[in-house]
Amino acid sequence: MKSQFNQLLVIQFKEFFREPGALFWSFIFPILISLALGFAFTDKPVVFQRAAVVLPNNADSIIIKPFLEKKCTQSISPMLTYQLTIDNQHLGKTTTQFIPCTWKESEIKMKRGEISIILTEEKGKVQFHFDPANSGSRLAYISISSLLDGKSLVSDQSEIKPLESKGTRYIDFLIPGLLTMGIMSSCLWGISYGLIEKRSKKLLRRMVATPMKKSFFMMTMFTSRYVFTILETIVLLIFAKIVFGVSVQGSWLAFAAIIISGSFFFMGLSILLASRTANPQVGNGFISAITMPMMLLSGIFFSYSNFPDFVVPIIRYLPLTLFTDSLRSIINEGSGIMDVLVPLSILSITGLITFTAGLKIYKWY
Amino acid sequence: MTYSQTQPIVQAVNIHKSFKEVKALNGVDLEIMPSEFTALLGPNGAGKTTLVEIIEGIQFPDTGEIKLFGKHWKGNKDELHHQIGISLQETRFEDKLTTRETLKMFASFYGLNNTRVDEILSIVNLQEKQRSYVVNLSGGQRQKLALGISLIHNPKLLILDEPTTGLDPTARREIWDILHSLQETHGTSMILTTHYMEEAENLCKNIVIIDKGKVLAKGTLEELISASKTSEIIQFKVLNKSLFPDFTNYSDVKQIEKDEISGLVTMQVSNTSDFLPELIGKINLAGCGIAELRCRYVTLDDLFIQMTGRKLTDA
Ligand SMILES: Nc1ncnc2c1ncn2[C@@H]1O[C@H](COP(=O)(O)OP(=O)(O)O)[C@@H](O)[C@H]1O
Ligand SMILES: [Mg+2]
Repeated sequence: MKSQFNQLLVIQFKEFFREPGALFWSFIFPILISLALGFAFTDKPVVFQRAAVVLPNNADSIIIKPFLEKKCTQSISPMLTYQLTIDNQHLGKTTTQFIPCTWKESEIKMKRGEISIILTEEKGKVQFHFDPANSGSRLAYISISSLLDGKSLVSDQSEIKPLESKGTRYIDFLIPGLLTMGIMSSCLWGISYGLIEKRSKKLLRRMVATPMKKSFFMMTMFTSRYVFTILETIVLLIFAKIVFGVSVQGSWLAFAAIIISGSFFFMGLSILLASRTANPQVGNGFISAITMPMMLLSGIFFSYSNFPDFVVPIIRYLPLTLFTDSLRSIINEGSGIMDVLVPLSILSITGLITFTAGLKIYKWY
Repeated sequence: MTYSQTQPIVQAVNIHKSFKEVKALNGVDLEIMPSEFTALLGPNGAGKTTLVEIIEGIQFPDTGEIKLFGKHWKGNKDELHHQIGISLQETRFEDKLTTRETLKMFASFYGLNNTRVDEILSIVNLQEKQRSYVVNLSGGQRQKLALGISLIHNPKLLILDEPTTGLDPTARREIWDILHSLQETHGTSMILTTHYMEEAENLCKNIVIIDKGKVLAKGTLEELISASKTSEIIQFKVLNKSLFPDFTNYSDVKQIEKDEISGLVTMQVSNTSDFLPELIGKINLAGCGIAELRCRYVTLDDLFIQMTGRKLTDA
């Protein structure tokens, strides 16, 4: 009996660690994503804007022309342009490129999105032509007009203080999402797809035509999946700590509880999904249809608050959202177990329901 | 085990099984005695898999009764699982486990250990492949692994569903040899499905011919052939078909079949040596000319064609 359980468990581990694909998606992929996105949004962004300058007779420009010729660096290839870069310690670099051209050309450039603003000058007054609905153009207007006025971008009366406290950077937002997304994928692909494949190979059918204990089979599958989930979590967490200094500010108990109940929910869902299908393609479709929308909607990579107001309440109760939001509040906001009690119970209870339903209609043959 | 050697180990009575419109089994009766090798011979779609899976307790009949060792599946699952060893049609084992690990896992289901795994590896001659991943095994090696798994707990009854389909003749021969020696050394009983008549003839004393969910005939090879009343076949090609004489009124000729395109003539005769001189004489007289003359004993294939008008190997 004991040896049967051990054998089944050992085999789950062997299958997992011998599958390079599974290892990549579970361990390497989240790290690569966090590296790519983490660094992309950590460097202070360079603002780059282009303006067309339309000065018909060159001669009567008393503001723009002297500005271009004295303050900007001129380059003539591939065409004549002027460029000015303002570097602010806190704000980062702002580079503006001025392109002299005719009105007609400037209109075409605007339509193509190559420039965000057009400058003209009439009787000693600079005129700005742009679409006020476009925030990029508005930003260009504000910065160029102050440049032309000879002011600096940051006024002397104000001071910029970038937020550097824990839990407010993009990487802090991202890491909890990568953890929950990884757990969801790992459960759904590992359990659901694994079972469907075993059924399609007729391996399940062969295994239950022996005195094998079905409960052992299920138990070892969940045990091993929990171990993989925990390993994935630890690896990404250590990585995020070392490279980005992300750390769990809330209670470890709450952290463990939400990881366990979130994993449990997705395991239950996996069983339900895998309960009948014997066709790996159908299984593949099912799993993608569930994971893809949640990955996009549940605020893994960007906040779902940008979605239209009427869908936000729905998104908020998607399982992956509940899971991610709770984990985020524990890691970044220092929440404890009482703060996440509601999502914790929702995940555990629905997990239990899908789990029992899945086992009830489960087809071994 | 109080089970008697003189009682059938498998008793199937009037088994019916339908899948929507398809009648997979349409009133099948089957009895298997201990130490017998029985072949279920029939073309694709005959209902062989459905029948053996019902015997194995994997599928359940719509009506009819099935007993193994005098017991129903219901309530005796654990006991019966220990008595039968099965190999399903087309089971694929886990790719990234080795031969040995796969055997070890199945051994653990029966509470058996490494000693038995070693024995099995030697019985099915896979010692050299014990550390290879299943994904790297050839078709024959995979079938031997499946056979090894079915043997692992030393079952009284082996049920093998198309164990050699798709294998080359050498690999097939190897499996046959393993099965022959099992019968000699262990007195194992076996049910095997196949659509190769050579396999049924070579391995099994009893042959059950099934088609379209019905048993068409059963018995030993000799019984089946004597029941068909013809035993000998003469075949030749006619070179000039228009000159071929008429043989319909000859009492020696039981049946005559002509293939109009190839000119192949198949005659079922009661006694080749009596009839052959007469046949040659008549053909010489007619001057039609023949080639590729062959005389042979009737085969299961011939019987199947007689009964159904189709070949065993037709889909
Ligand atoms: N699960 C099933 N669903 C629908 N039809 C089936 C199923 N299993 C078998 N059949 C049909 O029953 C018939 C017998 O199939 P099977 O027992 O597999 O034949 P064999 O093993 O002799 O090739 C076939 O016509 C097959 O299509
Ligand atoms: Mg079959």
